[in-house]
Order: sequence, then structure tokens, then C-alpha cells
Amino acid sequence: MKTWILKAITVALLVMGVNGEVLAAKIKVAGIYTQPIQQKWDARLHQALVAAQTAGEIEYVFSEKVANTDYVRVLREYAESGVSLVVGEAFGISKEARKVADDYPQVSFLMGDPFKPHGSNFSVFDNYIHEPCYLMGMIAGSMTKTNKIGMVGGYPIGEVNRLFHAFIAGARSVNPDVQFKVNFIGSWYDPPKAKEAAFAQVEAGVDVLYAERAGVVDAAREKGILAFGNVNDMNKEENGKDVVVTSALWHMESAISYAIDQVKKGQFKAEDYKEWTMMAKGGATLAPYYEFDGKIAADIKTRVSETSAAIMAGKFTVTINDDQPKSTF
Amino acid sequence: MEQSFLFLVLTLDATLRVSTPLIFCAMAGLFSERSGIIDISLEGKMLAAAFAAASVAAVTGSAWLALIAGVAVAVGLALLHGFACITHKGNHVVSGVAINILASGLTIVLGIAWFQRGGQTPSLPPTARFMPVEFPLAQAVDGVPVLGTIYRELLSGHNLLVYVAFLIVPLTWWVVYRTRFGLRLRAVGENPTAVDTAGLSVSWLRFRAVMLCGLLTGLAGTYLSIAQNASFVRDMTAGQGYIALAAMIFGKWRPFPAFGACLIFGLLDAVAIRLQGVHVAGIGEVPVEFIQALPYILTVILLAGFIGKAVAPKAIGMPYLKER
Repeated sequence: MKTWILKAITVALLVMGVNGEVLAAKIKVAGIYTQPIQQKWDARLHQALVAAQTAGEIEYVFSEKVANTDYVRVLREYAESGVSLVVGEAFGISKEARKVADDYPQVSFLMGDPFKPHGSNFSVFDNYIHEPCYLMGMIAGSMTKTNKIGMVGGYPIGEVNRLFHAFIAGARSVNPDVQFKVNFIGSWYDPPKAKEAAFAQVEAGVDVLYAERAGVVDAAREKGILAFGNVNDMNKEENGKDVVVTSALWHMESAISYAIDQVKKGQFKAEDYKEWTMMAKGGATLAPYYEFDGKIAADIKTRVSETSAAIMAGKFTVTINDDQPKSTF
Repeated sequence: MEQSFLFLVLTLDATLRVSTPLIFCAMAGLFSERSGIIDISLEGKMLAAAFAAASVAAVTGSAWLALIAGVAVAVGLALLHGFACITHKGNHVVSGVAINILASGLTIVLGIAWFQRGGQTPSLPPTARFMPVEFPLAQAVDGVPVLGTIYRELLSGHNLLVYVAFLIVPLTWWVVYRTRFGLRLRAVGENPTAVDTAGLSVSWLRFRAVMLCGLLTGLAGTYLSIAQNASFVRDMTAGQGYIALAAMIFGKWRPFPAFGACLIFGLLDAVAIRLQGVHVAGIGEVPVEFIQALPYILTVILLAGFIGKAVAPKAIGMPYLKER
């Protein structure tokens, strides 16, 4: 009799155990990147997925340096291989990637893309880090002595323009007299050209630079002026000590864990993950000031943290303006 | 007036910086092509040298060792080109393209393997680079109008390799037109049979020419990665080797006209950067895209209208066979 009860309990426990495991089962996630994973934009996705893997949430596989022309093939291969979630980028191949999503309704797609979500399983994200850009602008506006700020960007497209406008708005909010010089170098990656553009701005009287592209920090260091970073912590990661005051950081961790959670619950929908890359949900932050902590005016620091709190609480909205910014002098 | 003068001087200052690698490469191509060896691998040699220099500078912290490494790698590739084209009488263009592809792929593969930064090399501290050289009295003569500004902004404050580039041009001219080696170099590109009849080795002359070409592209690459910038990044030459080749053809395979063409390309680039968002009287603000296309548009106009016929050395691209 006793042994029978024990057996029953053991079986029940086993069943429960198995059940528990099914609920917490790892899902298979694939990352497909067009750049090497060290490139900072893809690095943010990769890091978030590695973090999820380390936490035991997912099983993670990835391909890097996949050319746009080859992207759809790789996308299909991963979809065939039985992954539940694909994270990647569909810039330039928006239509083709959506077709793949239609063909594999059982797979969830979370793709970097400037357009709307599609069908039932194609969610989109982009980096909306204009809020920390606004905060950086406030600091920059207080630190310029010539009242002239230079900004060097890749191409005048929405993703870049909105950061510039937010930076400008932030700077104007503390210093209405500040003027801006805006340059686009016509490339996503041409540090010598970005550096030349930055030099030209410094010669025009600029004493603070917003380094949207690589190469600008170098120019700032050589000219002995200050710079503000973009996407990653340029002070620590791009040799920006004593040059980069702070950076607008982009984090994909919360967006990724939300997506994983949705997939696990079987509730993944086609959504725009915009707000998951904004400050309120932890998708964007302002990097620490490091050695500049003592050099930023105390009242500005207070105003920045107040504005930051207001943004987090939803009481203050930084306008998203995707128009091409223009030089003001 | 003062303002626009300073603007002009600073634009010319940027021109010097931008055109330096072009000048090195144009002179490099000139040596090679004057000897009869087509060299479209200026780009690849420069890229490989840039990577070698940045890697060595990152590891050893010495700009001079980096310079030696950059030059050594470029000379090595030049010898490879020579081995294919001179020794084995291969097709010059095919060999050149192969070197370009090799350099563009290998630099990234090795970069990822050695430094784990997606093909970049670590950022270099100022001590491991060629930094701007301030001329003596640059601040003191500041008060002198016009000349003081030119001295301080335009002449002073470049890194060593910029000055070297500007010295290389008269030196190239002197070597090509005033030395025995130069005479033979020109002869071997025009009529190798005559050189051979005179009892000179065509192969050895051409090998010396491609080695000079390697040396100069090595300097260009080193300039890009450790003087103008502080690290190697993938494909950082961004087609400058081809532009230099075009400049050399503009200059009809002559040092000073080729130098002038390099300066024009540099100037157009420097002007294009400064013209963005500027209001032009009567037209309004010029779109960014147009400004970015400007150097290329002007290149086409210059090519079509002002250069005239460019005649290459007669024996260019032809392998030399001793007996037919």
C-alpha cells in the first residue's frame, strides 16, 4: 500500500517535472547579420541574444556578414531548420523578407526595418535613441564656448535625421543661441571622410561634435575638442577617453526578451517594436559621464536627470522629426 | 575678406591632407607603367600596407617599425606582381586584380583572427603614429598678415609623410628625366628590344621599377592607417588607388602633371565637404547629393574637355620575349 502511494507520488512528480520543463523549454533563435558581429549596430543585437543564451532562455545560432543579395536564402535556410524566432535586418530587402515570413507562418521574425509590421509573424524594430540624443544635446549646449556645434552623419535618412533634430532641440533648450553645422559624408563607413568633414566644421568655429559616424572622435581628439557618441559607449569602446563626454546608447535586451517571451507563450504578433528601443522600456540610455562627471555644470546635470525622469514617466516627449536637418550658419 | 582668405587657406590645407595618398600612388604607378608594367594593384598594395602598418604599430607601438612593415608588405606584393608579369609573362591586369582581391579579403581575415574587432585594428595612441609637425615660429609669425596665416595653417602642422609626398614629386621627376636609371626606365617602357640590344636586362630594370612602386604604395598605405587615421578599417583605401591611377593617366605618365591632377582631386573633395548646406547666390541651398557627386562630375568634364589625348608608353602591358 505504502509503496503504491510512493510510486504514485513519484510518477506525479515526474509528470509535473516534465511539464515544468516544457514550459521553460529553450527556443531556438537565429541571428542573421549583414555586418561582422563586431560592427556596432549588429553588435547590439548579438550581445542581447548572447545574454539571453547565457540566461538559459534560448539556443542561439547566427550568421554574420551575409550580403543583402544572399540574405533571403539564409533567411529561408534558418526558417527551414526549425528555429522559432529569427532576429535580423531587412533594410533594403523589406519586400523579399516579408515574402519569406509569409511562407513560414510557424516562424517568428523580428527584423530591423523602416516600414510597418507585416502579416501575422513579421515584427519590425529600429533604433529610436532620439531621447538620449536630446539629453546629450542639453549637455552639449551647455559645454560649447563658441556656441557652434558640428554634426557628422552618414546619409540624410529618417533614422539619422531624427537623432540630429533631437540633439539640436536638446541643445537649444538650454542655450537658444547655439548654431549648428551639419554634414553628411555619403557613406555608412568612411572614417577618413568623416574625419575630414569634422575638420572642416572645426575650422568653421565648431567646438563640440556629435559623432554619429566613426572617425569624428579621432578628429575631436586631434583638435582638442569634445565629442558626443552614438549607439555604443564611445568613451570606453572607441578610445574616447577625455574626448567623448557621453554617448546615446541603444539596448536590444528588453526588446529581445519581450519577443522571446511572446514566442514562448505562443502569442508572437506582427508588431512595431519602436517603444522597446526607447528610454521608458530600457531600450535607450545615456552612457555614464566617466571623467567628465566633474566638468559638466551641476545645474545641467540636475536638469538632465529631471528631463530623463520625465521621459521615463511619459510626461515629456521628444519630437520625432525625420526631415533632413540643415546647417544654421 | 579676412574670413574668406582663411577659408581658402584651410581648404587648401585639407587638400594637402587628402591628396597625399593620391600623390604617393600616382608616382608609384608612374614608375611601374613607365617601365611597361600596368599596375592596377595600387589599391591592393596600399590597403595591405595600411593593414600591416596599423597592426605593427598596434603591437609594437612604434610608428617607424610600422612604416617599415607597411613598405615591406607592399614591396612583397609588388614583387609578386613582377613575378607574375615579368618572370612568367602573365597578363598584367589579371595579376593586378588578383592582388586587389587578395588584399581586400586577407586584411579582414587576418584582422579578425589577430585583433577580434571585425577586421579593424585597435586604435593607436599618438606615440605610435606620425603626428602633425609644428614648424618653428608658427605661432610667432601669426601676426604677419597673409604670409603668417599661410605659414601657420597651410605649411605647418602636417605629419611627416605629407612633406615626404611633396618631396617625392620633384624626386620622381629627377630620377625619371635626369638619371641614367630614368633614361633606361623610359626606354624599357617604349622599346625593350633596344634596351636589350644595349646589353641591359629588361627583367631587372622592370623589377626595380615595380619595387619602387611597392615602396611608394607602402608609404601611401602607412599614411592612411597610422598618420591620417589612427587604425586600419576594412577597405579604408576606398578606391583611392584607382583615382591615383586616373590622375597619372590625366598627367600623361609625367610626374608634375600627375601631381597637379592629384591636387585637383584633393581640392574637389575638400571643397565638396565645405560646400554642404552653403547658400549659393541665385541658386539657394545646393542638395547634399549634388555636392557629393561634384568631384565626379568635374572629373568627367575635365577628362572630356581639357586633358586631350593621353598616349601610354608603347610597350605597356606587353611581356618581353627575348627571341621571337
